[in-house]
Amino acid sequence: MSLLEMKNIRKDFFGNQVLTDINLTLEEGEVLGLVGENGAGKSTLMKILFGMEVIRDTGGYEGDILLNGQKVDFKTPFEALAAGIGMVHQEFSLIPGFTATENILLNREPKKKSVISEVFGERLDVLNRKEMTARSEAAIEKMGVKIDGTMVIHDMPVGHKQFTEIARELSKDQLKLLILDEPTAVLTEKEAEALLSSIRGMAAQGIAVIFITHRLQEILDVCDKVVIMRDSCVVKDVPSSETDIPEITRLMVGRQMSSVLKTEIRDNPDAPIALSIRKLWVDMPGETVRNVNLDVREGEILGIGGLAGQGKLGIPNGIMGLYDAGGEVTLRGEKIPLNSPRECLNASMAFVSEDRRGVGLLLDETLEWNIAFPAMQIQNKFLKNYLGGLIKWRDEKAIREITQWYIDELAIKCTSSRQKAKELSGGNQQKVCLAKAFALEPGFLFVSEPTRGIDVGAKSLVLNALKRFNRKSGVTIVMISSELEELRQTCDRIAIVSGGRVAGILPATESAEQFGLLMISQVK
Amino acid sequence: MSGKQNSAGKTVFSFLRNNTVPLMFILICAVCIPISGFSPSYLLNEIITRLGRNAFLILSLLIPIMAGMGLNFGMTLGAMAGEIALIFVSDWQIWGIPGVVLAMIVSIPFSVLLGWVCGKILNMAKGREMITSYIISFFINGIYQLIVLYLMGSVIPIAHGSIKLPRGYGIRNTVSLLNMRQCIDNLLAIRIEGVKIPVLTLLIIALMCILIVWFRRTKLGQDMRAVGQDIHVARDAGINVERTRIISIIISTVLAGFGMILYLQNIGNLSTYSAHSQVGMFCIAALLVGGASVDRASIGNVFLGAILFHTMFIVAPKAGAVITGDPMIGEYFRVFVSYGVITLALIMYEMKKRRQKASIGAQLALAQKDDDRHEPGIGAQPSPARKEVERHE
Amino acid sequence: MKEKLASFVASFGLPRLIITGFLLALFILAPIVGVDLPMQITNVINRFSWNAILVLAMVPMVHSGCGLNFGLPLGIISGLLGATLSLELGFTGPLSFVMAVVISTPFALMLGMGYGVLLNRIKGGEMMIATYVGFSSVSFMCMMWLLLPYHKPDMVWGMAGKGLRTTISLEGYYDKVLSNFLQINIGKVSIPTGALLLFALLAFAMWAFLHTKTGTAMTAVGSNPTFAKAAGIKVDKIRMLSVVMSTWLAAIGILVYEQGFGFIQLYMAPFYMALPAVSAILIGGASVNKATIVHVILGTFLFQGIVTMTPTVMNSVIHTDMSEVIRVIASNGMILYALTRRSEVSR
Repeated sequence: MSLLEMKNIRKDFFGNQVLTDINLTLEEGEVLGLVGENGAGKSTLMKILFGMEVIRDTGGYEGDILLNGQKVDFKTPFEALAAGIGMVHQEFSLIPGFTATENILLNREPKKKSVISEVFGERLDVLNRKEMTARSEAAIEKMGVKIDGTMVIHDMPVGHKQFTEIARELSKDQLKLLILDEPTAVLTEKEAEALLSSIRGMAAQGIAVIFITHRLQEILDVCDKVVIMRDSCVVKDVPSSETDIPEITRLMVGRQMSSVLKTEIRDNPDAPIALSIRKLWVDMPGETVRNVNLDVREGEILGIGGLAGQGKLGIPNGIMGLYDAGGEVTLRGEKIPLNSPRECLNASMAFVSEDRRGVGLLLDETLEWNIAFPAMQIQNKFLKNYLGGLIKWRDEKAIREITQWYIDELAIKCTSSRQKAKELSGGNQQKVCLAKAFALEPGFLFVSEPTRGIDVGAKSLVLNALKRFNRKSGVTIVMISSELEELRQTCDRIAIVSGGRVAGILPATESAEQFGLLMISQVK
Repeated sequence: MSGKQNSAGKTVFSFLRNNTVPLMFILICAVCIPISGFSPSYLLNEIITRLGRNAFLILSLLIPIMAGMGLNFGMTLGAMAGEIALIFVSDWQIWGIPGVVLAMIVSIPFSVLLGWVCGKILNMAKGREMITSYIISFFINGIYQLIVLYLMGSVIPIAHGSIKLPRGYGIRNTVSLLNMRQCIDNLLAIRIEGVKIPVLTLLIIALMCILIVWFRRTKLGQDMRAVGQDIHVARDAGINVERTRIISIIISTVLAGFGMILYLQNIGNLSTYSAHSQVGMFCIAALLVGGASVDRASIGNVFLGAILFHTMFIVAPKAGAVITGDPMIGEYFRVFVSYGVITLALIMYEMKKRRQKASIGAQLALAQKDDDRHEPGIGAQPSPARKEVERHE
Repeated sequence: MKEKLASFVASFGLPRLIITGFLLALFILAPIVGVDLPMQITNVINRFSWNAILVLAMVPMVHSGCGLNFGLPLGIISGLLGATLSLELGFTGPLSFVMAVVISTPFALMLGMGYGVLLNRIKGGEMMIATYVGFSSVSFMCMMWLLLPYHKPDMVWGMAGKGLRTTISLEGYYDKVLSNFLQINIGKVSIPTGALLLFALLAFAMWAFLHTKTGTAMTAVGSNPTFAKAAGIKVDKIRMLSVVMSTWLAAIGILVYEQGFGFIQLYMAPFYMALPAVSAILIGGASVNKATIVHVILGTFLFQGIVTMTPTVMNSVIHTDMSEVIRVIASNGMILYALTRRSEVSR
């Protein structure tokens, strides 16, 4: 009887199929490596296993999960924890002012009873500090990596924080299965090695491990078997000894493609350089850019792809001044100062952000406000001038007209141009963001994750609108996306960012495998 | 050589910055004490009396700070509960120490109820706890007046006419507590050279301090500290965050009730409608003067603050009169300083929050710049990864 | 039908509904219990005219995301400085009012800019700090009113000859100067047209400003500062502008209040003046980050209505003056309601 069996798991988010007939088995003490691009479904699968509320809130899932032959259906992470499943997430869940020991035993501290607590309740038991130290030492021992139990979290190097989290899971006696979500992303090489041997140690003690990572070498080093997911399915489930990195890569990114018309792709090496980027660094938490050098040709659609967290999103955010950046950016010969959104907008550059709710929209205002605002502020459009330009009055009629035009052009589903942006669906909100950029009639456009959260039908409409915009007005477009496919459909060339640097630029007609190899190279 | 001087300079600078408020106050007191012309024994007597009177109230502020609720302006609610209890006890004519003890016991249900209401409202205004608790104190003051000025004597039976207003219902503006005046202070008091030390009161305060230290070691105390630092992590670990926060406010309110009763037994007189209004503000100012901040306060802060603040309180009017010839200046000066110190502490707290956020960003940038200068090599220290924004529509 | 009613209640807000209902009840009860209704209506309109501009002063800062301006006393102090200096310099009659406005303005600009710099440094903690900045400045000014070299016999203490009095009468100066201007009398109700006109003028100017390019930017900054920054707006500059506007309006507001009330009130009087203005605008339907001119008008009317009608009506009914207590409970309850609403999605 296997420790864990996931049978025919299916999940969709409001019509978007995210998991299709997933089957997975895991034995006691086995280490399973789970790979796939973001959006492939790995995190969702783990969320289902761990009983996270977002799954229940979005319609639940289909299929069965069996733990030691018994069917289970966790409603909260606490039920999963009680059943012996532990999870170490990417973002740390630690109390910064507490020591490692206190965090390892958070809310599970050993206590001493006293007279007062007998009367007033067990929350007034005094903590048994000696016992706490003993238990945390035991957990650290079990983990096999030495960390200082008395060190306070905010003084710790990042890697040790990771280990503290792992020790916390190990200190739970009932732990049978540990899920590690990208644990080595923050570790130095030495620390990563220590973690891998720690995983081997855990497996030897009978704890099964699901190891999610993009570092394929690590998978081959420590996992017993590899499960590769792509587009909501499991494409291969194979012992690690029977596969290699190229095969895994190919399975991760390769797809049955709709034929890309070669005639549509334009490759013009003699075109003048529109935007030149040198030594760009950007401090965008989670998408750090270290040293990017790139030339964008006039009139082309350049794609920027890469795995999540490798820095591709940092490039447009840094150049357009939303995050601290440094380096040199030149637009058609003119230097563009960094860290100033105004300068970029004045130079006729526009940006459609990937964070539409946080950056891209005024959720409480009407569509009219959202679409017309930047054009109004930067280019004085949609304003009526009185008193010789002293008073610039909002021209509501002009604003309504332009909004209506974009509503028709991009088929934005709404009750009227006066509807509040927050009431629209995600896809339509994205179209509003595009309209906002188009209204500026820019000479250069950055578009970040244009089809994120949009249903399939609307996706092609958005991509075609971009293509049309480029062909008709000759606007140079740089499109950043996690979906290799849409980049290959829309762009002329595609640059891949890995480890905060450009790993390479290839024509869109290159095979998916080539791009995949670039994506996993230099992964930090 | 210069490196050492640099780091020594840095430590001095950061010591100055972290302790600006108490240092400023020491300066003010040092200047004003000689000018005011009070004798040392007079000052000592006054300070010890005021310490005994106020320390318990200030101690009640510690627990909400531990739980991340900031400065509890809602302690006024506890003060009001204590006053209501004292009104009843006076009416029942129970005097002396039994009266004080009974008042404390009677105040508990009121404090618990008010604390629970306050905690519930604060949970609905996470991120704005301080301004909300500030407004709550005004709101409940209105309810207090409704009860004490209108319902007592009419709907709520008050037997003795002496504490009622001439019109027959509602409590008078001052209620005499002469029969229990300083009963706790005087029992076991020691007099040395004109300075009276209220030993029992100080013992009670010391007991409270020990209780607070013990409380920090309990599971509940640990939970509160966790909630105070990071609500989400605490919640994910299974701690009932909402309940813990409410409990911290309830404890604070109950303690404030006891503290107010101790305060009033020392004064011997209850100004029914104005006694509690300044209490919150002065106690918070005193705590901040002792070096506490919105998110960190210790027992040491309480005592240092009580001594410094009340010293200033005593000497400022006299010093002001001597310097400018106008006694009112000193009065206004001490009000100004009380508010000013709270303003300063609030500003410094916010700016520290900002500084911390900025320094993380600056560190990253620095790491990268170094990274750029040496050509990219394998094994360069990566920057900490943070949450990748995942959205599901 | 039921759904419509439910959604109306939800959007109007239950507390506001209660307060409106209460006020309506008072109006209906008044003639029944023998209260002189025309006089009360005059009182309500008068008090509206005195207070409306102070409430209007809340609007710019709410729009730009600085929250409710608990630091109103700073603007009030500018106004007080203008008023006292105008009198000290010897101006009388209507001119003293004009000069008071003129002299207040540079003070309001200066104090507003300092206040704005501070608020820009502490984004997120504006309301609490504003309250205490207000308190500190009022208590600081308490000392100043005693020390500054004012000499006009009308204003200083008789005995000592120096130090301003607590209240200074405006008779002979600008007492009722606006209220009497173009005063209209309909039966027994008299309407202070001048004051209402000034309010209308300023309200219109505010409304117009919010329709200009800069005003639109200000609303965007309050709605989503990141959006505004990405669109090239200098967020700090806009916030500063809103603070200066608010401070100046508060200065004008206190001067209008004084001409209606008939006295300049110094020392601790401005201390708690922010709270009535804050709760008035909240009663009118504003929230911590959304406020319109309609909210100002409705809120001031409701608030002043309650303040005026409660004592007179209740006195006649139950022969007790519970008005103070009711006012405290209603106004603070309103602020609590606003503070406990969940923050806007756009943040």
